[in-house]
Amino acid sequence: MSDQKDEKKTNRRDFLFTATAAAGAVGVGAAVWPLVDQMNPDASVKALASTEVDVSSMQPGQSLTVLWRGKPVFIKRRTEDEIKKARTVDINDLKHPEKDEDRAKNPEWLVMLGICTHLGCVPLTDKGDYDGWFCPCHGSHYDTSGRIRKGPAPTNMEIPKYEFVNTNTIKIG
Amino acid sequence: MSDHEYTPSSKFGKWFNDRLPLLTLANHLTDYPTPKNLNYWWTFGGILTFCLITQIVTGLVLAMHYIAHADMAFSSVEHIMRDVNYGWLLRYVHANGASMFFLAVYIHIFRSLFYGSYKSPREIIWILGIIIYLLMMAAAFMGYVLPWGQMSFWGATVITNLFSAIPLVGESITTWLWGGYSVDNPTLTRFFTLHYLIPFLILGLVVLHIWALHVPGNNNPVGIDIKKPSKDTVPFHPYIVIKDAFALLMFCIVFALFVFYQPNILGHADNYIEADPLVTPAHIVPEWYLLPFYAILRSVPDKLMGVVAMLSAILILAALPWLDTSKVRSAVFRPLFRQFYWILVADVLILGYVGAMPAEGLYLLIARVATAYYFAHFLIILPVLGWKEKTTPLPLSITEPVLGGSPNLAAARSDEKIEKSIK
Repeated sequence: MSDQKDEKKTNRRDFLFTATAAAGAVGVGAAVWPLVDQMNPDASVKALASTEVDVSSMQPGQSLTVLWRGKPVFIKRRTEDEIKKARTVDINDLKHPEKDEDRAKNPEWLVMLGICTHLGCVPLTDKGDYDGWFCPCHGSHYDTSGRIRKGPAPTNMEIPKYEFVNTNTIKIG
Repeated sequence: MSDHEYTPSSKFGKWFNDRLPLLTLANHLTDYPTPKNLNYWWTFGGILTFCLITQIVTGLVLAMHYIAHADMAFSSVEHIMRDVNYGWLLRYVHANGASMFFLAVYIHIFRSLFYGSYKSPREIIWILGIIIYLLMMAAAFMGYVLPWGQMSFWGATVITNLFSAIPLVGESITTWLWGGYSVDNPTLTRFFTLHYLIPFLILGLVVLHIWALHVPGNNNPVGIDIKKPSKDTVPFHPYIVIKDAFALLMFCIVFALFVFYQPNILGHADNYIEADPLVTPAHIVPEWYLLPFYAILRSVPDKLMGVVAMLSAILILAALPWLDTSKVRSAVFRPLFRQFYWILVADVLILGYVGAMPAEGLYLLIARVATAYYFAHFLIILPVLGWKEKTTPLPLSITEPVLGGSPNLAAARSDEKIEKSIK
């Protein structure tokens, strides 16, 4: 009977079990991490992080799709009408409220990832109920600022980091 | 495992068997007592084994010619179709084989649902089956990406983006799955690796599935527990073997009709256009066998909830043995359940149909109603039915009512009904 009582008490052997298990867990974790992390973007993928685009030939109303990090980027030179439509919307009506002023620093140029935020299809330009973009996969409608107005997409199309290197060149990334 | 001791007749056999009891296993498999009333719906287990082996063998030889690289995958598949000896046949068997595999697995699953094969003591067999089914979907999806056509690419984009719905870590998980910032070459190579691996995982699970089956033995159309071996059973060989073989032959005729006469009818023409990350096809549809779940995904207007609903639709099946509260297994003795069963079958077919249609207007409405019903069937109807339903009397054994001396006339009558339903 006294043996049973001893078993319930924490003894040196319990310490050894715990310490061995902890050391084992750290070891397994360290061994597994390289196996997991090798699937993350590699150095050659990361190296292609920025793209420069010449936009000198674009007229108002025209749009251009370029590939950046394997993803399409829409560059749209908006018309007066399109800018007006984007800026006169009541921001409280939006599913994902964002001011057009924040999305397009230079109102004439809208630069955004051409990827529907629902499940990643490429929306069609100048289509949909809001004359912006329309995603044919599951029916999301975006306005002339690329903001989600109708359909299953949860957020507006993403604005990547970009800058005008000079008046004719946009650097994305 | 074996129900009786087995001794090999030859001296060498005995020597070998004492060291590795493979002959005992073989003897168990041939003598395995099987309910004598198994109908043709029970032949799909064997058919599925055939499908798995067909996929592994054709996949193995296709991998000798296929090149998993974003620049070369598409042309290597065309090379298989045009240049490789019998390459067209191997690829068409493999591609249509996936559809045949799912056709058989759906029949197998719905047979379980009708005869209550998922109930105690067969819950583990059922759950192993659900895991196999999930792995099949993963393998089929990744296999569909390999030809690197438009549907491959955009299907992969849409499905991997499902993970981006997970709060906080979703984006990192998607990037990790892609190995980049979009579906690209790293995605293709890892999908090829996993597509090669999964069938062998399935094979291992199939062994467990059959092992778990051989502990309680087969369920049967009457759904009652039987003594084995007894008058109610026949040995697996030759009785079930010959029946399975005949059913397999019939199945292969259907298989061959697709392969030789309509090899592309189950595919999409868009997949003969090489993947283009700048152009999304107008109408992205998964393969037919995933359509019901796709319909559920699209019927929910919220991204995260849509993904949750789609996954729950599959995972809810794992809880089925506990959701169905009725002690009676076979639908033959459950008049109300039988009707709800056929409504569920229709519901899933409707979901499949609207899954192939654009998600708007009436189609969307139908999809929502059908989705709601799907969940209601498992979460409300089945638990309630177990309490409320008045089942018809069960026979005492498979043989007794037929061979006379039945203790109860009603039982004999219901047995006649079974005979009819089998035919």
